[in-house]
Amino acid sequence: MDPISFVYLAAILFAIGSAAVLTRRNAIVAFMGVELMLNAANLALVSFSRIHGEVDGQVMAFFVMVVAAAEVVVGLAIIIAVFRTRQSISLDEPAELRG
Amino acid sequence: MINPFLFWAVALLTVPPALSLLFAKKAVHIAMSIVLVMVGLATAYVGLDAPFLGVVQIVVYTGAVMMLFVFVLMLVGVDQREDLTETIKGQRWIALFAAGGLGIFLISIVARVTLPVSSSPVTGDPDVIAGVLFSKYVLVMEVLGALLITAAIGALVMTHMPQLRPRHTQKEISASRVKVGADPVNRPMPGYYARHNALDIPALDPQGNPIPDSVSRVLEVRDQTQDGSEFRAQLEDAAGPSLASPPASAPDSAVDTSKPDSSEGKGE
Repeated sequence: MDPISFVYLAAILFAIGSAAVLTRRNAIVAFMGVELMLNAANLALVSFSRIHGEVDGQVMAFFVMVVAAAEVVVGLAIIIAVFRTRQSISLDEPAELRG
Repeated sequence: MINPFLFWAVALLTVPPALSLLFAKKAVHIAMSIVLVMVGLATAYVGLDAPFLGVVQIVVYTGAVMMLFVFVLMLVGVDQREDLTETIKGQRWIALFAAGGLGIFLISIVARVTLPVSSSPVTGDPDVIAGVLFSKYVLVMEVLGALLITAAIGALVMTHMPQLRPRHTQKEISASRVKVGADPVNRPMPGYYARHNALDIPALDPQGNPIPDSVSRVLEVRDQTQDGSEFRAQLEDAAGPSLASPPASAPDSAVDTSKPDSSEGKGE
């Protein structure tokens, strides 16, 4: 079986993650959708790395993981800060901010 | 080449749990499903000759990131309801349509290319990865170090709460309790001085009268308390007639547990 089949799997996971980001109102669940999209990109990078027979793709996936870890830390801190002031993690409520 | 069994195992381990992002109600269930997805992706990495990335995936994602998610879920309350009213009309269907279209678009693009698979794959062992990481990508590595420090400081700043009012000392708390008329001392534990230490039996004061305050308010509301009279009787038998005078009024105060208690809940 060709390693390209994992790229199809990555495309499906990316689509599921984007659907979750677009539909869910719970900030944490939407954030998990973002994580799933990042992981789908990682899977595509690793399969391309296998297809080309080089490790550069794996190094890039490693960088994506580091950036994702930093992003999770800041994102969850923002969610907690919003929850402290509004007692809610719904993504719709900050929309009331617009004048 | 990839073992077809491995691919289908990974597909079954990743796609159905990932669908819980769209259909599951509780955020904790979704978090646990995503943990399953991460484990499946780690399996795929090991199968794609990237054992180092597979281990990093397990350590970073299932070990750190998803546990951080669950921890934040604990902080904000597990039972946060999700309101399903749509602020934009038909947003759910538009979003599902757009995401499905994106998936079909990506798949059709991938289906159009043919890539020759390398016959000499390089296994992504830690030493190989480290060689590339610290020679070709060393600048990126240093920038990522700066990014991680910035993220840590950002999280600290974001969750830091300045103290707006002066801190209450224990002395002030005690004084305010006395001011509102609450009992200034701790309430006795249930069963204290009684011949039984069960939670539903009120403590006895030195005269042998039950203290209704000593039993949890929840048990009182549910009518699950006992008045402790049989244990008081035992106490009187043992102590002799010196304690005999107060119990005349004791049955009243024992029945009185249902009266609204003025000190209840004020001093807490």
